[in-house]
Amino acid sequence: MKSVHIENVTKKFGDVLGVSELNLEVKPGEFFTFLGPSGCGKTTTLRMIAGFYYPTTGKVYFDGQDVTTLQPNKRNIGMVFQNYALFPHMTVDENIAFGLQVRKLPKAEIRQKVDRIRGLVHLAQYGSRKINELSGGQQQRVALARALVIEPDILLLDEPLSNLDAKLREETRVEIKRIQSELGVTTIYVTHDQTEAMSMSDRIMVMESGLVKQIGTPQEIYHRPNNRFVATFIGETNMLEMKVTSIKEEVITVEHANGLVLHGLSGGKADGVAPQVGGTIYVSIRPEAFEAGPGDNTIKGTIEFVEFTGLSVNYLIRVNGTSLKAMIINGGSDIKAIGDDIELHIPSRNLYFLAE
Amino acid sequence: MKQQVEYQTSWWSRAPRSPYFVYLLISPLFLILFAYVVYPFYSTFLQSFSGDDTLANYRKFFSLESTANLEALWNSVYISIISVICCAVVGVTMAFLLERYEFPGRRLLSVLVLVPMALPPLVGVLSFTFLYGESGIFPRFFQQLFALEEVPFSLKGIWGVVVVHTFTMYTYFYLTASAAIKGLDPSLEEAATSLGAGRIRVWRKVILPMLTPSIVASSLLVFMVSMASYTAPLMFGVERTMTMQIYLARTNGNLDMAATQSTILSIVSILFLLIMRWYQNRRNYQNLSKGVSVHRSEVTSKPLKTISIFLSFVGTLILILPILVLILISFSKDGAWTIQILPTDYTLDHYKALFTDERTWRPIWNSIQMGAVATVGNILFGVAAAYAMVRLSFKGKSLLDTLIMIPWALPGTVVAVNLIAAFSTESPFAFNQVLIGTFWILPLAYFVRHLPLVFRSTSASLLQLDQSIEEASRSLGAGWWYTFKRIVLPLTLSGIIAGTLLALVQSIGEFVASILLYSTTTIPLSVAIFQKLYAFKFGTACAYGVLQILLILLVLLISEKLSKGSAGSAI
Repeated sequence: MKSVHIENVTKKFGDVLGVSELNLEVKPGEFFTFLGPSGCGKTTTLRMIAGFYYPTTGKVYFDGQDVTTLQPNKRNIGMVFQNYALFPHMTVDENIAFGLQVRKLPKAEIRQKVDRIRGLVHLAQYGSRKINELSGGQQQRVALARALVIEPDILLLDEPLSNLDAKLREETRVEIKRIQSELGVTTIYVTHDQTEAMSMSDRIMVMESGLVKQIGTPQEIYHRPNNRFVATFIGETNMLEMKVTSIKEEVITVEHANGLVLHGLSGGKADGVAPQVGGTIYVSIRPEAFEAGPGDNTIKGTIEFVEFTGLSVNYLIRVNGTSLKAMIINGGSDIKAIGDDIELHIPSRNLYFLAE
Repeated sequence: MKQQVEYQTSWWSRAPRSPYFVYLLISPLFLILFAYVVYPFYSTFLQSFSGDDTLANYRKFFSLESTANLEALWNSVYISIISVICCAVVGVTMAFLLERYEFPGRRLLSVLVLVPMALPPLVGVLSFTFLYGESGIFPRFFQQLFALEEVPFSLKGIWGVVVVHTFTMYTYFYLTASAAIKGLDPSLEEAATSLGAGRIRVWRKVILPMLTPSIVASSLLVFMVSMASYTAPLMFGVERTMTMQIYLARTNGNLDMAATQSTILSIVSILFLLIMRWYQNRRNYQNLSKGVSVHRSEVTSKPLKTISIFLSFVGTLILILPILVLILISFSKDGAWTIQILPTDYTLDHYKALFTDERTWRPIWNSIQMGAVATVGNILFGVAAAYAMVRLSFKGKSLLDTLIMIPWALPGTVVAVNLIAAFSTESPFAFNQVLIGTFWILPLAYFVRHLPLVFRSTSASLLQLDQSIEEASRSLGAGWWYTFKRIVLPLTLSGIIAGTLLALVQSIGEFVASILLYSTTTIPLSVAIFQKLYAFKFGTACAYGVLQILLILLVLLISEKLSKGSAGSAI
């Protein structure tokens, strides 16, 4: 269990910028996730921690020790690859034992460790199977066992669930989290799937185009995004560009170009946002922020689209020429149809103000 | 299991991180290529300018007073063009018939169609002269049948060369064309037909354009191989070809002229290699759609069926006869076969002698030794070069690739002349020894000629090996060498073995460079066949030939097993 510290790291591939000026501190035992769309630099960062890339500038520290250009085989890391990268010419046990053989452990000890870890990932009966005789989910667990059995200081997971089907992905997600908390190993997880990131992580780093957009706990990222990219990338939201018309004590009043007027609270804004009367501001309203019937910020509109998911009813509502997404928890009441008028309201505390 | 992370700051641990370290790793590869490919080539090039004045040799070559050389150049080009046309017609037709139609005898024919690949050049020409040459079995048969004064027909001269070329090289067209036809999505034709196109239009607008890349690539290849062909002109007595002229100039001791001829032939060959590579990189090969169902039209009408049975019988016969005749003659008594249609007396002695008589066993053992030495070199170089090519990133990759392919494109005759030019004096690349006349010159020639074989097959299997598998091993703590030993090597072994066997078997049968380079103390197998032939010891020559064919079949069988049926092409 080690900490990872990344200091001012920039990685260029020729002229192409992979990661720019990245700073990061992962605490011992933490489950830390790099989240972002493809090409955002998350895998590049992971590979610099693994030692497959060396940073162009900047330093990487494990527990305060500089490992920036240390070769990958000397870092004592465990890594699970997107395609698992299992050795196709070896059995399950041979795959798992590989790292222990490299470390020249006595045979009996290898045997015992392999058996134990195989039990932990629920593959007790599969030791002598060939890799191509396993299902995708089983292969995934072999890859995890192989990375964990060497008792790595840091566990690196590169989109480990992306090759699994939806149901298996959910099962494996829970499984990885269980094993990780059982062993308490520092874990860095790369994914483009926000559900995975939100449900598993202690903290998340959101990246885009080689830049860090925000680092925080899942709740912080969701409820208090720093910028529009994070607000729209994590979950769904209605992002409106509005003008500040008045600021009275706690209440900020904003107006849309189409005439829609809303009131929010000054507590509901991102750090560093200083609304000024007459200035432009972005307002993020999550679909679940809407509540049925009239109240604060009453919205009257026409239904453009309805979607019933069982849990909720999702509406697309036309208000003064702007479409808004609203989600109402299914309370068993009537569901309106396309073309019907609807009246909803947004409690002021559910408005969130952003600068950029 | 705590691992102590150490902070080595010695030169040894820092060097691998330098961006220039990779050039240190690949420098031996370039050194070998420089010493044994570029330098010999350059020596020949220099020698071609050494005469009364710098351009004297070239003036002589292109002089209109004695036109032997120009005639040879023209003949070579002429033979090559005719060979390309004949091979294309036979190869593509065979591919279409076998891939698109169902008729009696198709299965047998589709196996036998590759028989020419199992015939070493010398042995192939040999059996053709036995079958269709002036004193061959067929001409004599018809002569006696019709009681003629002379044989009614026989293979000789340029047309003999073309027939042999067609027989041995149509497989290049057949392989690429049948692969292309297999990849031809039938729904494309159906789509064209549904849009109202007639049969001819479908052919012209859909099928031919799809086949063009494979036909062009094979044409270039056949042209190159024909230009380099030496054995067929030698056996059919066509002296006015480039390769024969080089051979004659060399045996007459006119080394400067041989160098000039070699240089000109090399330029043609390398030009073709470059065109071929450019074309292959430019052309995007047909997109293979998945689950293609090749629909074979069945031949149903009675007369057509009879014709097809007859034709496939004839085809089968033509393909199998060269091997049968070799086997037959290998059992015949030397000297007893004179004017009869078939040999009269038979014996097992030749086969016994192969392994018991010191004099007949010697050339086999020589070739095995020299081939083994060359192949060990090919493995070391080929595996290292393939790994560098696939896994390392450095400037000069395409140069490395081209340099490896050049010896393969050069005619064997030229390779020999180049080595003579470079190594008939002491050379630093031969540890200040003269190599000509020693045991080592032939292994070196084999090594150079078969440079791409191990390289190609190894890089093909390396390309299939996902890089993340190596990274996984590294992340588990294994160093580079441990990873190579336990992961890379086992997973690419089948490719390495396939290339190695091919290189070995080709070295054992190599004739073209051997005939120019061999020393009397280490006569290789192919030269021994040639000598036995001229001593009228047909039986022994054919027994050698059969042995070679068995060896090749064995190698093909093993390679097929290793690659699990995926047919590799020679390109």
